[in-house]
Amino acid sequence: MSKPYVRPITSEWIFRHPRYLRYMAREFSCLFIGGWTVLMVWGLKQLSEGPLAWQAFLELLRSPASIALHLLTLAFATYHSITWFNLTPKALPLPFIAAAHYALWGVVSVIVLRAAF
Amino acid sequence: MARSNKPLVWAPFAAGGTLTAFLVPALVLVTLLVPGGLAYESMLAFAGHWAVKVALAGFIGLSLWSAAHRLRITAYDLGLRADAWVAALLYSATLACTGAAVYYLLKI
Amino acid sequence: MTQLEVLRYNPETDQEPRFQRYEVPFRDDWVVLDALNHVKEALDPTLSYRWSCHMAVCGSCGMMVNGEPKLACKAFLRDYPGVIRVEPLRHFPIERDLVTVIDDFVAKLARVKPWLMPKEPAPAAGEYQQTPAQLKRYKQFSMCINCMLCYAACPEYGLIPEYLGPAAIALGHRWNRDSRDGGREARQQELAAKEGVWDCTFVGACSEVCPEHVDPAAAIQQVKIESTVDWYQAHLMPWLKK
Repeated sequence: MSKPYVRPITSEWIFRHPRYLRYMAREFSCLFIGGWTVLMVWGLKQLSEGPLAWQAFLELLRSPASIALHLLTLAFATYHSITWFNLTPKALPLPFIAAAHYALWGVVSVIVLRAAF
Repeated sequence: MARSNKPLVWAPFAAGGTLTAFLVPALVLVTLLVPGGLAYESMLAFAGHWAVKVALAGFIGLSLWSAAHRLRITAYDLGLRADAWVAALLYSATLACTGAAVYYLLKI
Repeated sequence: MTQLEVLRYNPETDQEPRFQRYEVPFRDDWVVLDALNHVKEALDPTLSYRWSCHMAVCGSCGMMVNGEPKLACKAFLRDYPGVIRVEPLRHFPIERDLVTVIDDFVAKLARVKPWLMPKEPAPAAGEYQQTPAQLKRYKQFSMCINCMLCYAACPEYGLIPEYLGPAAIALGHRWNRDSRDGGREARQQELAAKEGVWDCTFVGACSEVCPEHVDPAAAIQQVKIESTVDWYQAHLMPWLKK
């Protein structure tokens, strides 16, 4: 008599192969990118409240906690960018599309950095 | 099978993911190093342009939406099954935060 | 010599599966399938498993080898130091030993309407014509051997059994991209449903394990984009004829 056995699913699938850990790392980048964006919204609030509030925001950015979170966010955001551009050719199979994305990333980054410094 | 309305939330996710991929690493470097360009006068002038306000609102909204969507999916992947609740919570938080950003931008 | 640790399950006598160890000869050119055949012929004739071509074209011998979805005929013993753990393909119910219940997969394949729905009737001369460029648009997605390794690799299929899955979506996309075909609208009922492409979170494991390099992940993302364009067109510009 047929009595198929259904194996239970647990969350341990994440640890079964490095590719699933890499996937989770990519997904977790959203916490840092989202968190940083919320921090920027806070900055807008401070900017809207005048020079003293803005100065306090800049001081907050210079705090050790902020620097630590920024370094983590930089790593995760870069990982998000690299995985995003590497997967783009699958969604849009056009010639040199990944290279074009990387090139544009370089150009945009240079523009942003030159404007700020 | 009825066609899903997922595209409604997926399109801003894809747009936000693309925008953040291009912009966030450089911007994070800026807010990490806090260069002179971030002084009050120049920031006020920068954020004073209506075009910049629109761009900032758009960027913030899409960035937050993309993060919220990914967090929703990750919650499900990790075993949190109440997808409708998680989605409602995260997307409404995104809209609220974006609304706040717009409010502050209008004040500047 | 080397050792296989095989997951056994007899539905008539067992409450749950258990591992059984076999010692098999080690030959440099042997694959896991050769070792299983040795077990069946010389050690334990009760071992059940699917296999056929022994050359990675039929898709029958998919199973988990040390936790990875593999074709047993393509997994060389020499690549696995130590005891080799062999289990039935993950995310499918176990029928018996290494044989899984594949009804769900077969039903899903049929649901995407994997046949030609001609845009135009066949020419009077007899055949449709297709340029190499037109063939290239869908050829890759036509190479699927229905081995189900992608379903075993996909965590979303494991979490959401209703998910159509990589092979079925790639198959639907294969027909959508065929220049002779006019059935994309008809297939959207399945592909654009929540259990269609939208349960995919682009883990990409499916494409990594595919032995034929079909790249189902690419097919799924392409259908996502098409479905999104469809949706916004239908909702924002409903007067536009598709």
